[in-house]
This record gives sequence, structure tokens and C-alpha cells, in this order.
Amino acid sequence: MTYVLADTAVTVTLTVNGAAHDMRIEPRELLVSVLRDRLGLTGTHIGCETTSCGACTVLLDGRSVKSCTMLAVQAQGHHITTIEGLAGPDGLHPVQQAFRSCHGLQCGFCTPGMVLATVSLIEEGRAADEDSVRSALEGNLCRCTGYHNIVQAVLSAARAIQGDGA
Amino acid sequence: MIPAPFAYRRAESVAQVIELLGEHGDEAKLLAGGHSLVPMMKLRFARPELVIDIGDLPGLDYVRMEGGDVAIGALTRHVTLETSPLLAATAPLLRHAASAVGDCQIRHRGTIGGSVAHGDPAADLPAALMALRGTVVAEGPAGRRMIPIDDFYVGFLETALAPDELVVELRFPRADRQPWGFQKFRRRAIDWAIVGLAYQAEPAGGGIGLVSMGPTTLRATSAEAALRSGAPASEVARLADADSEPPGDAAATPQFRRHLARTLLARALAGQADR
Repeated sequence: MTYVLADTAVTVTLTVNGAAHDMRIEPRELLVSVLRDRLGLTGTHIGCETTSCGACTVLLDGRSVKSCTMLAVQAQGHHITTIEGLAGPDGLHPVQQAFRSCHGLQCGFCTPGMVLATVSLIEEGRAADEDSVRSALEGNLCRCTGYHNIVQAVLSAARAIQGDGA
Repeated sequence: MIPAPFAYRRAESVAQVIELLGEHGDEAKLLAGGHSLVPMMKLRFARPELVIDIGDLPGLDYVRMEGGDVAIGALTRHVTLETSPLLAATAPLLRHAASAVGDCQIRHRGTIGGSVAHGDPAADLPAALMALRGTVVAEGPAGRRMIPIDDFYVGFLETALAPDELVVELRFPRADRQPWGFQKFRRRAIDWAIVGLAYQAEPAGGGIGLVSMGPTTLRATSAEAALRSGAPASEVARLADADSEPPGDAAATPQFRRHLARTLLARALAGQADR
């Protein structure tokens, strides 16, 4: 049987930053495109589009994923967090604060992905020391900083979060 | 880069997947973590008419013992293998190989069943399963059947799966603390292996699996025979490429790949870590 490909759109509910969005999308739409173009969440950046650079990193149920390599339909039933959803009512998330305090950025293009990858890797216990941080950030490229301050920011954030008993 | 249009079905059960595959056959592709299929669809190397999403199927995400075998559900993600205490105790080779796949984000999505069924000779986990003398458990309309990993790969991106079958489980005898080695040669952190190698000393006489040394995941049969006959490690290592016709490409010439296979086997036999 051959499908009529013009009529493949599906109705989905995507939960992004705690809010449910009902929408009709084509299955071929990438998660990053739906976040940016349909929901206006342009903090999620498009870098390489080949699963290499990590600029499009978001959290799926709290774990880092590259949204250029997921179809939006695959995110049904899961919780997506973008950089716009990270800060709380009391201000910046500890990871955002650490990147700011340590100046863990220069141009800022990779930063949303770096921050979300960091939230995940700290939660997973991958921030024990500099080596484990560098290894866990292999999937996020920064072409400005040489990573030094980024790694310091991650270690600083890990200390802040673990110090809270979180 | 956006895939060509396709129809999308989200499967609720293995039975429904088999039914849909029976109806649509080669026009359908299964989507698990999507980290092999989605990139291929974006590049239009793959253009299925129907994508059957099995990513959230229940009951296929586990690592457990069944008798003396380790059994792993096809939808078990790389990060689960990487952090599984059971796997660390029973098959440290596979745990380590899973930790060497891509990066954290990729390991959060990719599944062992997807990696095995995709059939890319550059994949790490199939070589580890080759070394562990693993078995692919496939399910189709007639039920389950066991396919030894040696019979599973029939060509580049081609497997022994029938059009209406899917991989549901991987299994292999427990290796516990027997010596093993895993070597992955690459230029940059998250690249695929230019050549990779998995070595497991026992059980079942042990095995050596090769990454990117031919059109499929390969077994280093001659080196394994030398190993079993008690030949010294240097002699075994010299035979690492004896059964391969490695390809040449932008990353390496065939001669360089042969050299790498021999060097990596020497390192694996010496118990060196790969990074």
C-alpha cells in the first residue's frame, strides 16, 4: 500500500517548559524546528544539524538530547526543557549563574546547549573532576573560549548544586 | 536538512509492529532512538514511506540474567548499558564499548537494538557482541528465533532480518572478570572509529570483533585460532587483518586500516585502555 504523502500530518501534544501545546505537525519536522519556528523558542540554536556541535541541546525528561536529531513526534509523552524554561521565579538556575560568574562564554552561540548539557551531566554524576567534565562535554563545541572557563563553570555549578543537597 | 515526507505510526506493542511490517514490508522503517535513521533520512540516503516509532514500546528496556546468559532488551539505551552495575560485573567489555559511543546526548537516545539492526560496520556495539559470541533474538509472525551474530550481517547495512521481523533482545554468555580489551582509533572525540576492535578472552573460546574493516562487522577468525592454539600475543596481533578486505576512504587507506587492526589488537591483548 502506498500512502498519499501530502496528507501525513499528525496531531500531537508536546510538553515544553511545563506547558502542553496541541499542534498539527508533519512527522518529518525536527524537534529543533518545532521549538524555534512554531513555539518561538529561539534560545535553542541550530549549529551543525549533524548531531555534532550540541548547540541544539535540550532536556528530554531531564536528560540532554540533540534536538536536530529527534523528530518532534518522538517527544510526545515526554517533558522537554529549553533554555527559556530553566530559570526559576527566584532568578537564574545555578548552572546559568555559574556560567555568568565564571564567564563561561564569549560569543554565546553555544551557551544554551552548554548550559543544558551541564544540567544533565551534573545530575548524572559526571562532574566529579575536570577530566570527567571534559569527557561529558565532548558533544558540545565552543569555537571561542578554548573551554577553560566553561569547565570551571561546570565544576562551580556542581559544587553549588551538590552543596545544596540537591 | 529535513527528511522527505513520510507517514508516521506510533506502535503500541511488538505484535502491532510485526503486523505493520507485514503490511508495508520494505517501505517501512523502524524508529527507536533515531540516531542512525534520522541522520540518514535528513541526507535522503533513507526515504521510507512509513516510519513506525517503537521508541516508547514497553517491556524492551532491560539488562538481566537468564540462566548463565546476559539478556538485554532491544530498546535499552547506551547510557543504561554504560551505567549498569550488572553489565559492569558480567560483561565489562560491552559496558565500556557503550561508553565509547558518540557523546552523552547520543547515548541518551541511541539503543542497542537500533545499533545492531542498522548494520553499520562502523558501529561499536556489534563488534563487542561478536567478541562476546552474542545472539540476536528476532521476533516475527512465527514467533521468536535466535540468530548467532556471525549469521546476522549479510552485507553493508544488510541483515538476516526478514522484512516482517524486528530485533527484540541481545544475549551472550556472561564473561565476568575474564580479560577483555576495546580499542577505538579516531581523530576527534565523537567521531566514528576509523578502525575499532573488541577482544574478549573467554567464555566460549573468546572472540575478536572488528569495526570498519569491511562491509560488515567482522570476526578476526585467524587471530582467534592463533589465540586458542596458544600463540604468543605478537603473533596473534599480526593476524588481526588476515580475514579482512578493508576499504579505503578519506579517513584511511586499506593499508593503514590493516596496520591499525594489528596495532589495536596488540594493545587490546596487552589490556591497554583505549583512551
